Amino acid sequence: MRSTFEYNIIVEDLIARYGDKTVLDGVNMKVRPSEVRVILGGSGCGKSTLLKHIIGLATPAGGKVELLGVDLASADEPDKDAVLGRVGMLFQGGALLNALTIHENVALPLREKTGLPGDVIDEMVAMKLALVGLSHAHDLTPPELSGGMKKRAALARAMAMDPAVLFADEPSAGLDPITAAALDELLISLKTQFGMSLVVVTHELASVETIADRVTMLDKGHVIAEGTLEEVKATPHPMVRAFFGREGEGEEEQRSVLQAFGSDGGRA
Amino acid sequence: MVALEGDLVVDAVPAISKRLAAIAGPGERVEVDLSAVTDIDSAGVALLSLFLKRMDASGREVALVRVPDSVKVTLELFPFVGARVAPDVERRAVFDRVGAWAEGIADLVLHFLVVAADTSWFVVTGVFKRRGVRWHVMFYEMAQMGSKALGVVSLIAFLVGATMALQSAAQLRQFGADIFVVDLIGISMTRELGPLMAAIVVAGRSGSAVAAEIGTMMISEEIDALKTMGLHPTRFLVVPKILAITITQPLITAFADAAGILGGFLVATFYLDVGAESFIQRLQESLFLKDVVTGLIKSVIFAWLIVSVGAICGFRTRGGADAVGRSTTTSVVAGIFAVIVADALASLVFYFGD
Ligand SMILES: Nc1ncnc2c1ncn2[C@@H]1O[C@H](COP(=O)(O)OP(=O)(O)OP(=O)(O)O)[C@@H](O)[C@H]1O
Ligand SMILES: [Mg+2]
Repeated sequence: MRSTFEYNIIVEDLIARYGDKTVLDGVNMKVRPSEVRVILGGSGCGKSTLLKHIIGLATPAGGKVELLGVDLASADEPDKDAVLGRVGMLFQGGALLNALTIHENVALPLREKTGLPGDVIDEMVAMKLALVGLSHAHDLTPPELSGGMKKRAALARAMAMDPAVLFADEPSAGLDPITAAALDELLISLKTQFGMSLVVVTHELASVETIADRVTMLDKGHVIAEGTLEEVKATPHPMVRAFFGREGEGEEEQRSVLQAFGSDGGRA
Repeated sequence: MVALEGDLVVDAVPAISKRLAAIAGPGERVEVDLSAVTDIDSAGVALLSLFLKRMDASGREVALVRVPDSVKVTLELFPFVGARVAPDVERRAVFDRVGAWAEGIADLVLHFLVVAADTSWFVVTGVFKRRGVRWHVMFYEMAQMGSKALGVVSLIAFLVGATMALQSAAQLRQFGADIFVVDLIGISMTRELGPLMAAIVVAGRSGSAVAAEIGTMMISEEIDALKTMGLHPTRFLVVPKILAITITQPLITAFADAAGILGGFLVATFYLDVGAESFIQRLQESLFLKDVVTGLIKSVIFAWLIVSVGAICGFRTRGGADAVGRSTTTSVVAGIFAVIVADALASLVFYFGD
C-alpha cells in the first residue's frame, strides 16, 4: 500500500516524558515514502521512546506527531484504526503473543482486521514467514524460538498487513552476519518494491551503511545530526565522531565520550 | 520564627546576617524557615552555622525547618548544620500520604470504570458483529475458569454444608426442631454461601490467572503490540473471559448449592434422624425458586467483578517479573474484597427489596 503523502511521518518539537524525567526534548523528523530512516544513538537515549510516540503508544508531553497524515494523540478511534492498519512495528523485545504459535501470531492482524478467507490468510502467512526464513517454524511457540528467530518472526508479523510504514527496533540485534545481511536486503526490497517508509533503530554500523537513506542521531533528548550518512558523519559533534570512530582520532577522546555514554543513558 | 528567602549566597549574606543578628539573648525556641530559599552556598551555610552556635551559647533552642530538598543536600555536607535540620513536620507528611492514597484510589476507580465501560461496549457490539468475539478463546476460557474449578468448589461446598448441619444440629435438637436444619442449609447455601464460596475459589484461581496473563503481556510489550495492530486489549483479552465466566460461574454456583445441600442431607439423614423423605419434602416447602435465582444473579455479578479486578491489576503492571507477582497477589485480595463488599450491598438490596 503505497501512500500518497509527501511525508509519511512528521515529528515536530516532540517532547517525551516518563514521570518528570524528560527523555526527548524537542525532536524533529520527517520521513518520506520509499525512505529508510535509521535512528542512531547511545543506549537509553530515547530511540524506542521516539518510536512509541510516533505510533501512538505514548502521548507526547509537547509538540506534534503526524503518522500518515493523522495525529494519533487527538484522532478518534476509526481514524486511528485506519492508520494503525497501515503501520507495522517490530518491537525491540519481539512482543510476540506467547499464547499463540508463530503462524497464529503472523495471522493475527489478518484474521482480526481483514475479511480474507482462511486459506488466503494461511498462504500469506507462509509467504511472510518464508521471507524471513522461518518456513520451518510455523507451529512453534515464541518460547521455543531463539532470540534471533523471535526477531524475524516479529518482523514477519509487522509485515503481515503490507504496511505503508514499518518501524523496526533493532531488527538485526542477535543475528549472525549472514542472516543480518539477508535481513538488510529484505528491508531494502520492502522499500523499493512496496514504497514503504522504514524507520529502523540499529547499532550495527555495517547495516546503516547498507540500508540508510537518511540518518537521525539522538543524544540527550536532542537530534544532534540529521541527513544522509555522509552528512551525518561530517558533523563535528563529538558524540557523532565517537560513534563512527573516524580515523585519525585519538583513542583518548573516543574513550572519554564512550564513558559519558555509559554513565548516563537518558537525560535526568 | 524567622523566614529566610531567595538565594542564601555570598552576595546576600551580609543583609541576612543583619536580620539574624536581631535575634539575640535567651528566649523561646527559634525556628528558621528555609522553605523559600532557592539556593545556598558555603557562605550561606556558614551564616547558619554561626547563628546556630550563637543560639546554643545563649541556651536558646533552635531548629531549621521546612528545608527544601535542594538546600538540604548542601546542608548535609556540613554535619554540624545538617544535624539541626528538623524532620518535615509529621502532620504535613500524613496529609501528603492520605492525599496520595486518595489519588491512587480515585485513579483505580477511574481505571475500573474505563475497563468496565470498554468491556460492556465490546460485549454488546461484539456479539452482533462478525469476528466481534473470539468464540474459540471463550470456549477455552470456559474450560479454564469453569470445568477446572468445579471439583474443588463442589468439595468445599459439600464440606461446609455437612459442617453447618452438624454444628446447628446440637442447637436445634434442644428444641426438637431438627427438621429446620433443612431450611437453614437450603436457604443459606443457595442465597449466600454457594455464590460466595464459588466466587472466592474462582477469585483465587481465575482472577489471579487473568492478572498474571495480562501483567506478563504488559511487561513483554505484547499489549503494546496488540495496540499497534489496532486490536483493543480489552476486546481481545477481557471480553472472552467475561463472556466465559458469565456462563460458567452460575453453573459452578449451582453445583456448589447442590453439593452443600447434599452435605447437609447426608448429615441430616444419618446423624440427625431427619428421614430422607421428610428432608426432601421440607426442602420443597422451604426453598423457593427466588432464593436460587437470587444466588445465581449474585454469582454473575461476582464473576464480573473478579475478572475486571484481575484485568485491571494486570493492566496496571509496570516493571519486571516481580511486578507481575505483585499484581497477581493484589488481584486475589482485591477480588475477594470486591466480592464480599458486593455481597453485602446485594444483601441490603434484596433485603429491602423484599
Ligand atoms: N516505561 C518507562 N518508564 C520510565 N522510564 C522509561 C520507560 N521506558 C524508558 N524509560 C527511560 O527512558 C530512557 C530512554 O529509553 P528508551 O527505551 O527509549 O532507550 P533506547 O534509546 O531505546 O535504548 P536502547 O538502545 O538501549 O534500546 C531511558 O533512560 C529509560 O530509563
Ligand atoms: Mg530501545
